[in-house]
Amino acid sequence: MPAFPEAARRAVADTRLRHNLAHATGTIRGRREAAVAELDDWQALREAGRQIKDHVLADLGHYLRLLEERVTEAGGTVHWARDAAEANRIVADLVKATGETEVVKVKSMATQEIGLNEALAEEGITAYETDLAELIVQLGHDRPSHILVPAIHRNRADIRDIFRREMPDAPAGLSDSPAELAEAARRHLRAKFLSAKVAVSGVNFAVADTGTLVVLESEGNGRMCLTLPETLISVMGVEKLVPSWRDLEVFLQTLPRSSTAERMNPYTSTWTGISPGDGPRDFHLVLLDNGRTATLADEVGRQALRCIRCSACLNVCPVYSRAGGHAYGSPYPGPIGAILSPQIRGIGSPVDASLPYASSLCGACFEACPVAIDIPEVLVHLRARAVESSRKHPMERAVMGIAGWTLRSPARLGMAQRAASASRWVVGRGGRIRRLPGPLKAWTDTRDAPAPPRESFRAWWARTDGGRNEEGGK
Amino acid sequence: MSARDDILGRIDRIAPPRDAAGIAASYAAIDRSYLRRHHEDGILDLFAERVADYRAGVRRVTSGELPGAVAAALAARPGTHAVPGGLPAAWLADADPVLLTRDPAVADLDGLAGAVTGCAAAIAETGTIVLDHGPGQGPRALSLVPDYHLIVVTAEQVAADVPEALERLDPRRPLTFVSGPSATSDIELSRVEGVHGPRTLEVLLVS
Ligand code: SF4
Repeated sequence: MPAFPEAARRAVADTRLRHNLAHATGTIRGRREAAVAELDDWQALREAGRQIKDHVLADLGHYLRLLEERVTEAGGTVHWARDAAEANRIVADLVKATGETEVVKVKSMATQEIGLNEALAEEGITAYETDLAELIVQLGHDRPSHILVPAIHRNRADIRDIFRREMPDAPAGLSDSPAELAEAARRHLRAKFLSAKVAVSGVNFAVADTGTLVVLESEGNGRMCLTLPETLISVMGVEKLVPSWRDLEVFLQTLPRSSTAERMNPYTSTWTGISPGDGPRDFHLVLLDNGRTATLADEVGRQALRCIRCSACLNVCPVYSRAGGHAYGSPYPGPIGAILSPQIRGIGSPVDASLPYASSLCGACFEACPVAIDIPEVLVHLRARAVESSRKHPMERAVMGIAGWTLRSPARLGMAQRAASASRWVVGRGGRIRRLPGPLKAWTDTRDAPAPPRESFRAWWARTDGGRNEEGGK
Repeated sequence: MSARDDILGRIDRIAPPRDAAGIAASYAAIDRSYLRRHHEDGILDLFAERVADYRAGVRRVTSGELPGAVAAALAARPGTHAVPGGLPAAWLADADPVLLTRDPAVADLDGLAGAVTGCAAAIAETGTIVLDHGPGQGPRALSLVPDYHLIVVTAEQVAADVPEALERLDPRRPLTFVSGPSATSDIELSRVEGVHGPRTLEVLLVS
């Protein structure tokens, strides 16, 4: 796996990839802004989401014990896994105990993180991805490049070619119309759903005081996997908790709007243990650490554990939209990947040491994040750690080359400036920044840095029609 | 040491456990200044409008018109339709009994034309309908596998917003939140209805 600068250089040279990405991220970004603007209490929801997640992290031991107790009472079995190998072992053993050699899967970041499909394959178990995009990625022997739309780097012609080549029951003369492609996938997977005995899923939220698990999705493949098979195995990171049922009122409002720009995603399923006569007879929950407790131990970096995997930060990131998801060399691409991967995997490898530099620090990700993770702050903090761990750092200059692209493009720069003005909360009274984070701290220890202007020049120009109308408006 | 004790031990060292009162006080201090509802009036119109936004069919009917509307909707789609136990008999009064099959086995659902169910609650702001799979709603597979889903929503089931709807629901039941038909945007972000779930969702709103 090449480090970010090398991988990004290759991606940037791929014109088709760049076109697909620019189109997709630009579209989602626009739609998301409209969906968010509909709720006039957005900032309050965001703040509540941040506080709920911080509260859970501060009392994580208590809430995990509570969840375990409630899931068990409801008829489920809870397993604990220190790392990827242990989690894969648990899942493989559970599948083997059923006597099955095939499982259907709901799209899940946690199982990608631990490489579950590959681990199951080694045990002679075939895992079928059932989300359309994941299916495209799987059939294409490819890797996902986006949290929400993993096949974002593929266009319809690519997808048609993959289906024709890899899907044994693809109809003859399959065209590249999205409707026909989706229909082919529907037929291909229907037989699997109706015969599968074991399913594996991830979890969007786990409610500690009721033992309820929650999965959000669009296609209905999630519902199929969660209810038709006899055995359901769900893998979740230990940070995915909320204390109680009412807390979902915040995240069911912020997650769909941030991720797919919808008021609500087509399907959300919740289940508490097993329900006799409806759904799986056997339910297993695997609680995964895999670097999360190490992340919790870092007071600046732990905020990454608030992440609800909405992918909003990817779509606003000038570096991601240029370099693409594969360049990050991790299942978590984009700004969140740049802070999460080096923390959960450790900063030892060249890929992980380079990730904190995969950003222009423009702040757009922070502004978009529905749980207010200050990604730039964590990036700077991790850079300091990366620099400490390797004094000579050739990575930095190479990545700054990518950032330079941001600064040369007027549109991107405008985006960055709006974001910088929006993050003025770091600014002390008197319009000076009192203290900069990370290695810059030493500089501000003895002097104040000038604050970014309240409004960028470009925003002022647009508002006032080039100064003709100082009051704003048209 | 077991993985459980190991992980909980690490967490307890990083974030030492607080007593129950301390945790409760910290939870109670969470700032919830967001709105409990975004709309005061016109909830039913808003709900109908938002459901239609997902390209679902939505019709407002009186309780007198409901049996006729159910019958017409089912007759328009050839084939047999699944009906769960506990669905009010009056809703099906005008429907052709030949078109209906009561509580079919999960294995038989794939061959059916559609399903008719009630619901547990609905959310106007988001155009969402929630099934708790109690009487009149059937098991989760019934509203999932057939290609067509007709849902009857009564006026008093419609909550203005997400917080209000969650208060009405029992998390111990399995819940399915439905917002429009099954859809994907995975291919160049063009929306395609019905990859795996019902391709057509129709809603009869009774008031
Ligand atoms: S960091 Fe924030 S914006 Fe990015 S995926 Fe996580 S929750 Fe979404």
